[in-house]
Amino acid sequence: MKSESHHQPDADVGECANCPNNAGPRADYETRGRRRFLNYLLGTGFGATAIAIFYPILKFITAPQVIEAAQNSVTAGKVNELALNSGKIFKFGNKPGILIHSASGEFKAFSAVCTHLDCIVQYQPEKKQIWCACHNGQYNLSGLNVGGPPPRPLEEYVVNTRGEEIVVSKA
Amino acid sequence: MKLTNDSPAHPRSSIRSFALIPLIALLLFVTASAQKKNSCVDCHSSMDGALLEPVRLSKGDVHDARGLSCVDCHRGDATKDDMAAAMDRKKGFIGKPRPSEIPALCGRCHSNAEFMKTFNPGLRVDQEREYSTSVHGNLLKGGDAKVATCISCHGNHGIRAINDPLSKVYALNVAETCGSCHGNADYMKGYNIPHDQFDKYKTSVHAKALYEKQDLSAPTCNDCHGNHGAAPPGLESVANVCGQCHVRQASLFQSNPHKVVFGLMRAGECVQCHSNHGIIPPSDEMLGVGEKSACTQCHGQGDSGYAAAEKMRERIDQMSASIGRATEILNRAERAGMEVSKPRFELNDAKDVLTQGRVLVHTFSPDELDKIIAPGLDVANKSYSAGGAALAELSFRRKGLAGSLVFILFLAGLIYLKVRELERRGADPQKQS
Amino acid sequence: MNAERLTLWLDDRLGIGVIAELARKKEIPIHRHSIWYYFGGMTLFLFGVQVGTGILLLLYYRPSAETAFESVQFIVTEVQFGWLIRSVHSWSANLMIATLFIHMFSVYFMRSYRQPREVTWLSGVLLLLLAVGFGFSGYLLPWNKLAFFATKVGTEIAGVVPVVGRPTLRFLRGGDDVTGATLTRFFGFHVAVLPAITTVIIGIHLMLVQKHGMSVPAYLEGKDLKKMKFIPSFFLRDLIGWVLAIGALAALASIFPWELGEKADAFASAPTGIRPEWYFLFMFQTLKLIPAKLLSFDGEVLGILGFAVGGLLLFIVPFLDDPTKPRRRSLFTIVGVIVVLYIVVLTIVGFIG
Repeated sequence: MKSESHHQPDADVGECANCPNNAGPRADYETRGRRRFLNYLLGTGFGATAIAIFYPILKFITAPQVIEAAQNSVTAGKVNELALNSGKIFKFGNKPGILIHSASGEFKAFSAVCTHLDCIVQYQPEKKQIWCACHNGQYNLSGLNVGGPPPRPLEEYVVNTRGEEIVVSKA
Repeated sequence: MKLTNDSPAHPRSSIRSFALIPLIALLLFVTASAQKKNSCVDCHSSMDGALLEPVRLSKGDVHDARGLSCVDCHRGDATKDDMAAAMDRKKGFIGKPRPSEIPALCGRCHSNAEFMKTFNPGLRVDQEREYSTSVHGNLLKGGDAKVATCISCHGNHGIRAINDPLSKVYALNVAETCGSCHGNADYMKGYNIPHDQFDKYKTSVHAKALYEKQDLSAPTCNDCHGNHGAAPPGLESVANVCGQCHVRQASLFQSNPHKVVFGLMRAGECVQCHSNHGIIPPSDEMLGVGEKSACTQCHGQGDSGYAAAEKMRERIDQMSASIGRATEILNRAERAGMEVSKPRFELNDAKDVLTQGRVLVHTFSPDELDKIIAPGLDVANKSYSAGGAALAELSFRRKGLAGSLVFILFLAGLIYLKVRELERRGADPQKQS
Repeated sequence: MNAERLTLWLDDRLGIGVIAELARKKEIPIHRHSIWYYFGGMTLFLFGVQVGTGILLLLYYRPSAETAFESVQFIVTEVQFGWLIRSVHSWSANLMIATLFIHMFSVYFMRSYRQPREVTWLSGVLLLLLAVGFGFSGYLLPWNKLAFFATKVGTEIAGVVPVVGRPTLRFLRGGDDVTGATLTRFFGFHVAVLPAITTVIIGIHLMLVQKHGMSVPAYLEGKDLKKMKFIPSFFLRDLIGWVLAIGALAALASIFPWELGEKADAFASAPTGIRPEWYFLFMFQTLKLIPAKLLSFDGEVLGILGFAVGGLLLFIVPFLDDPTKPRRRSLFTIVGVIVVLYIVVLTIVGFIG
């Protein structure tokens, strides 16, 4: 009955009388060398794979530059960026929005997609209203459709100032 | 009045029912007098065919709903059952009015501001006056009895409010109402105007918006021709009329030499290139010097207009092509799994420039066009590069994958060698119990 | 030397020597069908990959109807290697269910469920249900159009079962319709409820496997078979498979990245060609093939009840089979082959049609 005691793969061989394939001392040194090389390669291989797995994981858990994921709220611009009685288009999620700095100093934001045929609206400082160039649609500063073809008001967004930044979020 | 009787021969309940009879009679009398006697309805409702129509149609009629009835238009006496007495012409009865009498008949009330105020203060009271300026009004004055009068479009009995979808002049029904005469070749014989307007209109982009998209702001006959003062816009007023909606294009045209030239040529401004009734969405082929070009109607090879048209078309094509290229590469990147919603959004700016460019064509000046096309091309190119970057990232990932696969397969092979080595050397795979 | 001392230290305090002893002693019989032994471990490995990548995704995912889609978009575009983690998670889920099926059928055909391993089989069928539950709940989480409608149809089907159908539907959906409430609920199932239950059942399953050892096909029982040691031989071979699986996942994630699609819109109509994940496809196809009315019974209800009965039969297979009766044995084999062919054919039909 063979014993199970010699279960030491890395044991220094030499006298391995019980090893079935032992063919002599010379072979021992060769196999030892080969074994060590194999172990070395194996260790390196495992190490490399471990790095290949843990490097991406490490990068993954490092917070990216852009923190905000959800486009429920977006920084539309800086407080001093927009002059009084002017407007600008900004990206809200996948759709354009319009940010207006009214003559009275208030900030208002709406969806910039005209409710008639989806053109992008603009701010008309002379008339203090929102205008769509495509078919002369007009909206007032509450987003209500007051002239021309648009059938519905513009969706209004909530505007807050966070320090220097103007943050626009869905109502 | 003492209603009860203590005599046992008259039980209380029957006394009570008797007492109710006079009350009911009083009630009936009051209701009957509230519904004035209308001998017109009484007689005509027992007739049939055309003579029954007025009664039948009075149900949804807007005048009827406001307490006006037959005699308010036709005069006569509705209290008299006798036909001769009720319809006494000497007493002012107007039977079936002649077409030439109709505007005045309707105008009796509708031009009276004091009277109309009592019903709807916001209603206009100048329809009769407007009508007298119209083609229909002028022809009617000249003795033509075939032209449209008030009742031709509004109906005579069963008139509905204009915002009632069943009205013949509701936005969705106007073209058909006008077309019922103007589209009828036989009826229009002798007038020397085409009778294909309705058919042409039905193919137009305005009709599509109105009927398919149910966009009630889309123009129909009266939006360009007027309703009561119906007349085709003057040859030099066309841009004003189209410019009610197409503000930019109209104002660009009007500040342009073409306005003067078209006026001299009696060319009808917008209509010259875009047609009047069968207006289809304009295509880029209308610009330039190709087969379907509108410019070559007047401009020939060698003149500056021809060169300008060529140049403008070239720029528009360039813009359109660069958007197409950018879209195509972004689609490729997206299909390969890359996320490109941001460059796609930014490409919208380029699409906007293309739209604006097509409007600026109405300056007929390549330089004006260049002002916006050049930055527009930049935007499109930016999106294109973003698409290219996405594809490059994809290729980088695949190279990274190839590299790591080499590692992994190598490692798998090494483990296998290790297994073999262990088993060969002392792991004793051949253990037998 | 240090390893020895550490082991002794740990054993003294935690008693891990028992486990080490078990691992040392464990042997795997070698025979013609030994190859199937690897699939259980592979399933476990892929489950581990799911847990790992799932936890990583949890760092960025936001489980509400307004933010879920955008957060996955964020992971895939802004987070470094986010695309890799997400695609690996989705692919590994499918691979895990595939290996789970292979493992189950190999156990079935080798009849490893016979005495004394009946409870191991029962826990295994439970794990199948849990895995499918993971798949169904996880599929909704990106909140895209495809997932929204797949969930709608799937919960609808659950709802037609008589008596318990409606309450089940309301329980699954968190209401009458698929809404943000459904998403939150599915998220809870996917990251808390199911993992907790699965951990326990896996524990039981593994413990039982160690207790009873590896089973061999009946015709080899009692024979003198070559055996290999679990450590290191079988385990290293297992490892080869796992390493190759990592390679496969990396390749799939890079060459066939998992689609994100468009954000779900409750009011839009269903996109054309929606169908459930492949592991539901054969059932979906079957329901499509059943006529609307079958002997005055609603076809769909019959179909679902049929599958429920099938599942129940699967569950109690160890108690239905009698290994001493050869005719019973061949019956079970034939039924098994028919079921496998049925699933394969209908899945293919579902893909092509």
